[in-house]
Amino acid sequence: MKPAPFDYEAPRSLEAAIALLAQHQGLARVIAGGQSLGPMLNLRIAQPSLLVGIRHLPELRDVRQTADAVTIGACITHAEIEDGRIPDPTGGLLPYVARRIAYRAIRNRGTIGGSLAHADPSADWVSALALAGAHVTVCSPRGERQIAVAKLLLGAFETQIGTDEILVSVTIPRLSARARWSYYKICRKTGEFAEAIGGVLVDPDNGIRRAVVGATAGAPIVLEGNAALPGCDVAALWAANIDDPYKRQMFEVVLRRAADRIAA
Amino acid sequence: MSMNTTSGRGIGARLRRREDERFLRGQGEYVGDIRLDGMLEVAFVRSAVAHARLRGIEKPAGFEDRVFTAADLAGVRPIRAVSGLKGFKVSEQPVLARDKVRYVGELIAMCVAPTRAEAEDIAAQVFVDYEELPAVSDMLEGRKPGAPLLHEAWGDNVFLETFVDGNIAEIARRAPVKITRRLRTARQCMSPIEGRGVVAQWDRRLDQLVVISAAQMPHITRSGLAECLGLDHGKVRVISPDVGGGFGYKGILLPEEVCLGWLAMHLQKPVRWLEDRREQLTANANCREHHYDLTVYADNDGRLLAIDCEATVDAGAYSSYPFSACLEAAQVASILPGPYKFDAYRCRTWSVATNKPPILPYRGVARTGVCFALEVAIDAVARAVGREPWEVRLESLPTREMMPFDNITKKHFDSGDYPECLRRAVAAIDVGAIRERQRRGEPDGRRIGVGFAIFCEQAAHGTSVYYGWGIPMVPGHEQCQARLTPDGVLELRIGAHSHGQGLETTMAQVAHSVLGIEPENVRLIHGDTALSPYSTGTWGSRCAVMSGGAVAAACKEMAKRVAKIGAHLLQTDVSLVRVADGQVIGPSGSVTLKEIAYTWYRAPQNLPSDVDPGGLELTAGYKPVRDTGTFSYACHAAVVAVDVEIGTVEILKYVVVEDGGVLLNPMIVDGQIYGGTAQGIGTALYEEMPFDANGQPLASTLADYLLPGPTEVPDIVIEHMETPSPYSEFGQKGIGEGGAIGPPAAIANAVNDALKDLGVEITEVPITPARLLSAIAAAKVRSAA
Repeated sequence: MKPAPFDYEAPRSLEAAIALLAQHQGLARVIAGGQSLGPMLNLRIAQPSLLVGIRHLPELRDVRQTADAVTIGACITHAEIEDGRIPDPTGGLLPYVARRIAYRAIRNRGTIGGSLAHADPSADWVSALALAGAHVTVCSPRGERQIAVAKLLLGAFETQIGTDEILVSVTIPRLSARARWSYYKICRKTGEFAEAIGGVLVDPDNGIRRAVVGATAGAPIVLEGNAALPGCDVAALWAANIDDPYKRQMFEVVLRRAADRIAA
Repeated sequence: MSMNTTSGRGIGARLRRREDERFLRGQGEYVGDIRLDGMLEVAFVRSAVAHARLRGIEKPAGFEDRVFTAADLAGVRPIRAVSGLKGFKVSEQPVLARDKVRYVGELIAMCVAPTRAEAEDIAAQVFVDYEELPAVSDMLEGRKPGAPLLHEAWGDNVFLETFVDGNIAEIARRAPVKITRRLRTARQCMSPIEGRGVVAQWDRRLDQLVVISAAQMPHITRSGLAECLGLDHGKVRVISPDVGGGFGYKGILLPEEVCLGWLAMHLQKPVRWLEDRREQLTANANCREHHYDLTVYADNDGRLLAIDCEATVDAGAYSSYPFSACLEAAQVASILPGPYKFDAYRCRTWSVATNKPPILPYRGVARTGVCFALEVAIDAVARAVGREPWEVRLESLPTREMMPFDNITKKHFDSGDYPECLRRAVAAIDVGAIRERQRRGEPDGRRIGVGFAIFCEQAAHGTSVYYGWGIPMVPGHEQCQARLTPDGVLELRIGAHSHGQGLETTMAQVAHSVLGIEPENVRLIHGDTALSPYSTGTWGSRCAVMSGGAVAAACKEMAKRVAKIGAHLLQTDVSLVRVADGQVIGPSGSVTLKEIAYTWYRAPQNLPSDVDPGGLELTAGYKPVRDTGTFSYACHAAVVAVDVEIGTVEILKYVVVEDGGVLLNPMIVDGQIYGGTAQGIGTALYEEMPFDANGQPLASTLADYLLPGPTEVPDIVIEHMETPSPYSEFGQKGIGEGGAIGPPAAIANAVNDALKDLGVEITEVPITPARLLSAIAAAKVRSAA
């Protein structure tokens, strides 16, 4: 279980990193914390010819606040969010989720941007940031563009991010003081990837009623508006797409339990 | 001779483990830490399919001399682990596949390079031409006529069929209660933190192959290597350094070890292979897969009358060395009755060859499966007769007055109080409080339940038990070589080896109890065939009894010799001295072991004229008074909460009451129980190596193969009983495996207790959410019908 040969570069700037990706035309992979890509390299599931290390780039560790949102660099770690070292615009949702990602050793190195770009449907940020209504900013030689986290995944391990683009930051809108959220996941054991994720967010001042069902076969299912109200039978909206009765039951339960926690 | 048991450092003391000093500081030396000059690394090409004829193997161009196949290994013999049991069919396991492959992960070629990554690069370029054959992925399918054949010459896929035919017809006809269940334990993988690993080199000076291997039975590994490589034993030395867990897996001779031995001789360079976790999971460490069709007959009180069982074990493709492919199934037949007394017994077993890795003995061996099968069935009996499960068990347990007790399969329980063990567990878990809590219901809507499992553990069983199996390894006497060094340090050499047991500590405690020598002045030397007496090694919970007995025998002999010299130095008669506190003590003075040793080695002019010229270096042997084994036993009790919506099981409380006889070091025994119970919880709730219909393993990393972690293992409450064994040196019994035996039964029974109102009964482990929810759904369908 050793990786196939690859080259490694640690460019001095974001610009240089983007240039390297462009030069290698899809054969290069970005590596930040390496908590998912590392095992994939060892298992030879991923065999890039070049790894572009970005963890050290200051541009990707930037944190900016505005009146409406907080933007955090892609290479901020789960542990930094867990420990409250990053401003939290969500009234506790971000550290709550961060604390429950895998194990501390993984959280010490794993990054928020890396987790989103890796696009494992069972990973927490994919669902939690969709619930929060966040968007990511990606950068390429053509400039910057924004993608809503809810629309980021095209499928399992597949995103809208192009092979010459780098996810540079995540922007999370501020919730009002009256906002209430809940996030409920089922794991076989502590630290494992989720079997099912349910999240509900109600922010009356911002007109948000949103529910998320995650750890599906692909992108999380985001329900907006009245359908997401606690107690609504939303299962019918999506159950038709999930054949496995066990999986369906898991999704129904997490969504209901998340909703119950909001109502409580 | 006086025993030094009161100093607080001998037998019975919770002495801290001396080996932990290096383990906890990262200073242990494992195979993976060993680097020799010019050492090359090996990666294997493994079969990608479960069953195929090999049409050809193409070495990549330019790497012909770095890739080795069966055709290169001239003279290397296949691994043959034969059983002498009547009807056993022999499998020949080529160390590299020749004409056929019989499981995914079977070795096909060996690639060598300066680094493992480069060796894997070469392995990835080896082309194997398979002619695929239909695979046997399920043991029951494999038993059927017309199933694809693994070993064509056999005519079927059955390694061995056994039949114990007690006449049960009359009792079965009259029995008011009959419970029939179909039960399964999943295929699992033993998961020591350290995987297997081998470094091999040829020693030109000694004309000897040196194999450094993570082995728990180094002398047996040596015998296996000598046989396969066609070398005499003198040309093979096996060194087992620190070993990071074994559990049975590291007692097995692996084809990889034979390959590396051949390669070191062929290249005349040191070579190394370190097993990675994918190899361990998918190709090597498989264990536990049993199927039971079990019928239990009882009276209206739930007292057992008879047991009738058909058990099938999925033995995998080959018979592994030295325990063979029949160990599990034949064990099932002899130990299924567990700790109980009843009147009639019938059991048929099959060891079935399938296109999976060979099944290997794992901590508890067949006991975990039989305990699960029988104890789940007994709870069903209790529900049928409307009594508490523990009350029903009391009806059938042998009492203290019956000891020693020969059960229906002639297992000889040496001592103990089984009913008392159960009663203590009932009290410790507080059944009454749980029943009350069940009546109230849980605020979070979960359902709680309590479950028990009681079992015995035969340990240190010797020649009389094993010779009948006719397998490559039969234990006999155990030896210890003892040597007092010139400065009075006691060196002990034993052929068993620690893979976590803490023998460096416990054997020093034994020596302290006999000689009074300070434990820190005792050095245990083990894990090297060149430096230790032959032994079958560390398996079957035998070291406390066998190595402990051998160390005691050697120390007693040493005491005689030092007493003679000491008496002479004290100018008194040997009959007037005693050996204690590390000294020879006479009527009017004493002399230390150090002074005596100095005299023997450095000042022989001061020795008595009639001194034993054998000196202070000796070998002594040991065999228990009776070698049918010690029987430790335990009751496990679990309280669980079941979330019936998502199928999860949380262990709220876990109690173990165990009787291991006289405990050499109760702290180490506690550690054995904690660790074993954690593994048993894995068997109960998490661990499973599934295969698809084509024989492809479906768990290849620890993300797919779930092991319990710290948050899944509750605080375990342990209570000790200490009924001495009448047959061992100090009354000690083997206890190494029990922790891993009880949990699947206790937890399944607790789950079934929690869900009894729903009519749900779990009969398969691990109890995964999918399995639990499907059982709940099926019960709903039944009750609606």
